[in-house]
Amino acid sequence: MTSVIDRLGSPAATGLPGPPASPRIPRKRRRRIAAAAMVAPTVAGLLVFYAYPLVASIYYSFTSYDLFSPPRWVGLTNYEFLFTSDPRIGNAALNTLWFVVVLVPIKIVVALAIAGLLARRTRGSGFWRTVFYLPSLVPPVAGVVAFVFLFNPGSGPVNVVLGFFGIEGPLWFSDPALSKPSLVLLGIWMMGDLMVIMLAGLLDVPRELYEAASLDGANGWQQVRFVTLPTIQPILGFSVVTGVIAALQYFTEAAVASSVASGQAAVGSGTASTLGYPGDSLLTYTQWLYVRGFSNYQLGYASAMAVVLFVTASILLVVAMRRISAFHPEEVS
Amino acid sequence: MTQNRTLRLTVMSTVVTGALILAGCSSDSEQTIAESAPEKLEGTVSLWHFFSGREAEVVQSVIDDFEAANPDVTVEVNSGQDDDKLQKVISSGGNIDVGLSYSTAIVGKFCSTGAFVDLNPYIERDDVDMDDVLERTLDYTSYDGVQCTLPALTDTGALMYNKTIFDAAGITEPPKTLTELHDIGMELTTFNADGSIKQLGFNPLVGFYENSPSHFAAMTGASFLDEDGNPDFATDPAWSEVIEWQKAFVDEIGYDKLQRFTAGLGQEFSADNAFNVGKVVMNMDGEYRTAFLADQVPDLDYGVAPLPVVDDAPDLYGAGWLGGNVAGIAKGSDNKELAWALLKFMTTDTDAVVKMANGLKNIPTLHSALESPNLEVSDEYRVFLEAAQHEHSVTMPATADGAAYAESFADFWTTYQTGESADLEEGLTELDAQIADAFELAGQ
Repeated sequence: MTSVIDRLGSPAATGLPGPPASPRIPRKRRRRIAAAAMVAPTVAGLLVFYAYPLVASIYYSFTSYDLFSPPRWVGLTNYEFLFTSDPRIGNAALNTLWFVVVLVPIKIVVALAIAGLLARRTRGSGFWRTVFYLPSLVPPVAGVVAFVFLFNPGSGPVNVVLGFFGIEGPLWFSDPALSKPSLVLLGIWMMGDLMVIMLAGLLDVPRELYEAASLDGANGWQQVRFVTLPTIQPILGFSVVTGVIAALQYFTEAAVASSVASGQAAVGSGTASTLGYPGDSLLTYTQWLYVRGFSNYQLGYASAMAVVLFVTASILLVVAMRRISAFHPEEVS
Repeated sequence: MTQNRTLRLTVMSTVVTGALILAGCSSDSEQTIAESAPEKLEGTVSLWHFFSGREAEVVQSVIDDFEAANPDVTVEVNSGQDDDKLQKVISSGGNIDVGLSYSTAIVGKFCSTGAFVDLNPYIERDDVDMDDVLERTLDYTSYDGVQCTLPALTDTGALMYNKTIFDAAGITEPPKTLTELHDIGMELTTFNADGSIKQLGFNPLVGFYENSPSHFAAMTGASFLDEDGNPDFATDPAWSEVIEWQKAFVDEIGYDKLQRFTAGLGQEFSADNAFNVGKVVMNMDGEYRTAFLADQVPDLDYGVAPLPVVDDAPDLYGAGWLGGNVAGIAKGSDNKELAWALLKFMTTDTDAVVKMANGLKNIPTLHSALESPNLEVSDEYRVFLEAAQHEHSVTMPATADGAAYAESFADFWTTYQTGESADLEEGLTELDAQIADAFELAGQ
């Protein structure tokens, strides 16, 4: 089959004299060479910057590698240390799992609920959409710093207001039991980007479906369960997938909160000493991976941690997608 | 068939492109040492350091002196470089000649792997007087016999106390023992009507400002590693003693009360530091605090005394902790002789070290600089100078695992002080085993 470009580009089609044909390289082959040359940089980029790091990480995970010396094969030693001896990885993994299990669903539910309220075309809805979206424009570091000061147990306005009502405010970011929930509050405050996506999805649900459901006698919850959720299922799936991946890589907010709440705000290598404050409650998996890899120069071990994270993320995402697909009865069957 | 040929061409093109990319990433260099130092220095040498602003100007003034003494030499100074980035560039073989880092944690790894070249051949060839260097600073600037860095000023610690509050309470002498520190600390601690802390005599929480394990070690003479390089936290009884003292102190005031009070205090290096504003009366702190106080609260009437020590070891009184900047020659340096000349000047030239110490208000690492009449010494600063030279001052030994062992210990202690771990001995034994495993993993 002759392509459009072939037809338009041929001298016969245009009536113009074409370039002199090479006596040794046929035209089709020249075109293939040109196509290959144009595709090559992209393919090379993908191989060098995506495929190679992935394969290299798996290889390095079986080595002792410190950036300075050639990698030395150590078999399963890194994995053995990871699962049996690392003193802080247990806390780091549990904290990260907590964010996956608690932070992600809460953010999605709250974003969906607020989007549901804002989807109604009422007077002032534009204003409220802006109000709820604005916090997501705040840089995460600035947002965390502001939140830690707002929730400062000794001098923060939140506890001062609670004090007016005779309530002794909690320690918030300084209490190992409340530091993660405090970050959830921050996550809810900054969920504007997720809310906008949900809002777009809700506005896209055909109103006829609600009318038909209403005629069938469906109440409000049944309309949400059997009309809204199945219709926005792709958006929910997207939110869960990106949310789980983001939670598994949770780093900046927790690190900044630890640094500021500890009273030792530091940069560079100094950050390693404050990560996890208070009491390792905010130490996440990726923070510990960073410390091991780039503060302790144990790239082999950090690679093993990365491989375990990759496998864990894959499993979690498969489970999450299966749960999401449950909203579609056809797919469940 | 056509598709196969296109695929083959794409693969070939990709391989060629990839090879070109990777070829640009590789480089290597070998260390060569001439039999004698060059008679005349010329060329360009780079210096990367983390200082910025006023402190960078102090370093520059020393560089100016070096260039004046060597008119054919140009020093390219890269100031304000984040220490983390500096380490990464050095470790990847980047073209840095001299690197100045504030992290002693890198020494074990950099020495054992050659990221910083071994300076011993240069030191021996040029007959550098290493006896002039503070002996304890050599503990954290070398690893396994390889002297890959030299100290470029150091920090040490002492007890700072608010004289105004002491006078008001009728206390005439700062505490010398842990018992006295506890008693005076409690005496100066006051509470609000609701039971919350109003003023704290001494904050015993580990993790507060400079309350790190290595700094508590100076109060007890506790060691981090034994002679064989194994973790010593469970086997050295000094650790249990100071941890139990600290835990009892915390329990007496109340962990939650301390946490609530501490969380409301200003950041350590801000103008509303708790000591600056009188919310904490006594603090463990470093010599650099004198410069901060002069700048932030010049009217504050404060005193400096050696750290209090365990009651049964008075010979420890006067000791502090030691740990400071380290400078070395990166493996990727193209002109190591010139780099060594600059490094030697900055770390072993008495006048240069005195000039930097005066400007940065850190402790000189040369005996000759400490005794120099040009060193500006106030009464407060003198306590720190004496602590730096004390025979029992402690340093954190370099390991192939960097400072990970100290971080693990700090993590254990901060958890223990909350009351979550009941059995101290069992916890320390388990910690030692975990650190030993980590050492093995790091190849120590």
